[in-house]
Amino acid sequence: MSMDIKEKKLILSQAPHIHAKQNVTVIMWIVFASLMPAAVNSVLIFGTNVLIIMLLSVAAALSAELAVRFFLKRKLTVYNGSAAVTGLLVAMNVPPQSAWWLAPVGSFFAIIIVKELFGGLGFNIFNPALAARAFLMASWPAEMTTKWFTFGNGSIISGNIDAVSSATASSNVIDVISGATPLAVLKAVPSLAHQSGAAASEMYNALFSFDMLKSLAWGNIGGVIGETSAAMLLVGGIILLITKVIRWHIPAAYIGTFSVIILIYYFATGFETPFYALFFHLLSGGLILGAFFMATDMVTSPATSKGMIIFGAGCGLLTAVIRLYGGYPEGVSYSILLMNAAVPLIERYIKPKVFGTRAK
Amino acid sequence: MITKTFKGGVHPPENKKLTDKKKYENLSIPSTIRVPLLQHIGKPAVPVVNIGDIVEEGQLIAKADGFISANIHAPLPGKVTDINLFATHMGRKNTCIVIEVQGNFGHKYNTFFNDWPSLDSAQLLEKVIAAGIVGMGGAAFPTHVKLSPPAEKPVDCLLVNAAECEPFLTVDDNLVKAFPDEIIEGIEITLKILKIRKAVIGIENNKKESFNLLKKTIASKNLSSSISIKMLKTKYPQGSEKQLIQVLTGRVVPSGRLPMDVGVVVQNVGTVFAINEAVIKNKPLYERYITVTGSAVKKPGNYKVKIGTPVSEIIDECGGLIKEPGKVIMGGPMCGLALSSLDIPVVKGTSGILVLTEKETSVGDYCACIRCGRCVQACPVNLLPLEMANAAEFTRFDLTDEMNPLDCIMCGSCAYVCPSGRPINHFIKLAQNHLRNKK
Repeated sequence: MSMDIKEKKLILSQAPHIHAKQNVTVIMWIVFASLMPAAVNSVLIFGTNVLIIMLLSVAAALSAELAVRFFLKRKLTVYNGSAAVTGLLVAMNVPPQSAWWLAPVGSFFAIIIVKELFGGLGFNIFNPALAARAFLMASWPAEMTTKWFTFGNGSIISGNIDAVSSATASSNVIDVISGATPLAVLKAVPSLAHQSGAAASEMYNALFSFDMLKSLAWGNIGGVIGETSAAMLLVGGIILLITKVIRWHIPAAYIGTFSVIILIYYFATGFETPFYALFFHLLSGGLILGAFFMATDMVTSPATSKGMIIFGAGCGLLTAVIRLYGGYPEGVSYSILLMNAAVPLIERYIKPKVFGTRAK
Repeated sequence: MITKTFKGGVHPPENKKLTDKKKYENLSIPSTIRVPLLQHIGKPAVPVVNIGDIVEEGQLIAKADGFISANIHAPLPGKVTDINLFATHMGRKNTCIVIEVQGNFGHKYNTFFNDWPSLDSAQLLEKVIAAGIVGMGGAAFPTHVKLSPPAEKPVDCLLVNAAECEPFLTVDDNLVKAFPDEIIEGIEITLKILKIRKAVIGIENNKKESFNLLKKTIASKNLSSSISIKMLKTKYPQGSEKQLIQVLTGRVVPSGRLPMDVGVVVQNVGTVFAINEAVIKNKPLYERYITVTGSAVKKPGNYKVKIGTPVSEIIDECGGLIKEPGKVIMGGPMCGLALSSLDIPVVKGTSGILVLTEKETSVGDYCACIRCGRCVQACPVNLLPLEMANAAEFTRFDLTDEMNPLDCIMCGSCAYVCPSGRPINHFIKLAQNHLRNKK
């Protein structure tokens, strides 16, 4: 053996000496890539305006992280993709016609306040993108709830909304509901019916229809940029499951619990088409986006399988309760944020039984 | 074929192709060897030779100090030139006996054969003690201790560990291929020492050839009623003692207890082979088979080496290194020991020498825990590795004391899967040390 190799300093450390390939950077960019089907779909439907919003939002998130970590003298980790994912998710949580500055402001808030001031990636309590959405909702409610995309004549959703409108037969009501999200229309049905004297059941039938479900799946409906196409979001969710970035527990518990409560509600209230109602709820709003991309955020969800199931079930319960009984038409973001806050509690009580020990 | 397995674990790339078809070769005799007095768990052996003494091959050079200790024998004939502190695999300096090779080999261990069935259990055990046999899988626990369970802990089952779940290593696999008869006979001897009639061999399903060979050998010796063999799923750490017991017998070793508490003794397949040689040939444990492997090694393979041979000589014999080494590991990549120097000698528990380049190994750069839970999934003993490591990182040992750190088997699965590259089991080791020192 040559002397130089003998004298070379060898690396010393505790085993293991090899390492799995999937590191934080790989995970974050897989999440980013799995959001692409829904992102591209929304550009195709809503136009280049949303592309600009998404680009600005990602750029804002990246520059915010770079700046904060520079000033706090932390290691620069902007390449790891976590800020890019947050930026994209914030953009996907604003309406397509919102002002260009809205999403970037949300990204600044998400990165600076929610993530870095709590210690950076791994230490934040709340999902940064969802906390940003809540912040934007509280600060610019009009910008966040009225800037929906209005589809021209001939689109399926317009037809359905028109059906609801014609059932109400009152012109001032049409203004209220044209260009609203399907969930907002659903929430408004009782008051619309009361105002116009039309039959609520007809309106419900127009909403809980097969045509409506098709629109919800493909995304040509009113809603925030990222939530509209359930099918594209599911494609991304499946990518996350196949690449083992996320596990099935949270999405399954979330969607499962939510479905059970919705079904019970519509059966109990005597609906003719409870399963249409169920699928209407599953495909509308941010449920799929939330269940696969937001609730599964590793930092802000439990680390044990049992904890994940409780967390997911809690999200499902809260979402259903908010949608059915709450003041907001949509409950995904608040339910996940509330459950984020409950994670330390879940972790405290759900401890796996250590091998060879008895239950305490 | 039904394959059995345990909860948790990981699937690192096997990398066994480098050496799994390589038949054993003998390495040439080193000119100087350095035999550490502490190669096992327990007390170091006490030298019974002095500087200047001439020793024979296989001569006792250090005597076991008490029950949990092991005899050590001269691997080569020669002259004792020094008894002093030298770097060893344990990461600190330990006393070693240095022997300069001279004189002739006796070959006496290849010509003498015992009629072992005529010996009783105590006589057989005496031979195991005399030969200084320790666990050959890596932990190097003195074998005679495991083979003398106290009367209040009756043992009814011997498990033979041929799982070899460590990536890269093929030493046990090749041992089975080379010596199936000796291994089965070693199991018969071990059963007689334990005075029991049931043995189960566990082997991972990536070693079908060895599985079939052992199965055939058992059948040809008409031993199917006492010795059986079971296929295990290829997964790390399948060969971990407590996991193996659960998989093969369904028994769970209680926290802080030993396999004999559930009536089981586990022996590595290499240990069983050493028992065979000790009993039949009166041969002490002074040489062993190892795998020398890694992309940086020119001629990776399986070799027979003398205890005390410096790693540098072994690597030289394998054609040297063709890439710059980052880490040189004694054992496998999942729980082997990183060596500080190539002068460190091979010991009884050395199953392999693995040379990894800097690129192939994990370098100690890590970031904050992202709470992904992969370590929780991977942990075969159901700990919360992330919580324990996070607390230990900030020396919150008051918290880790309550988290069962001593149940950790140091398999390293948690650190292997961690996306943040955190040395999780290193932190857990700190927690273990804290609790042990307190007790």
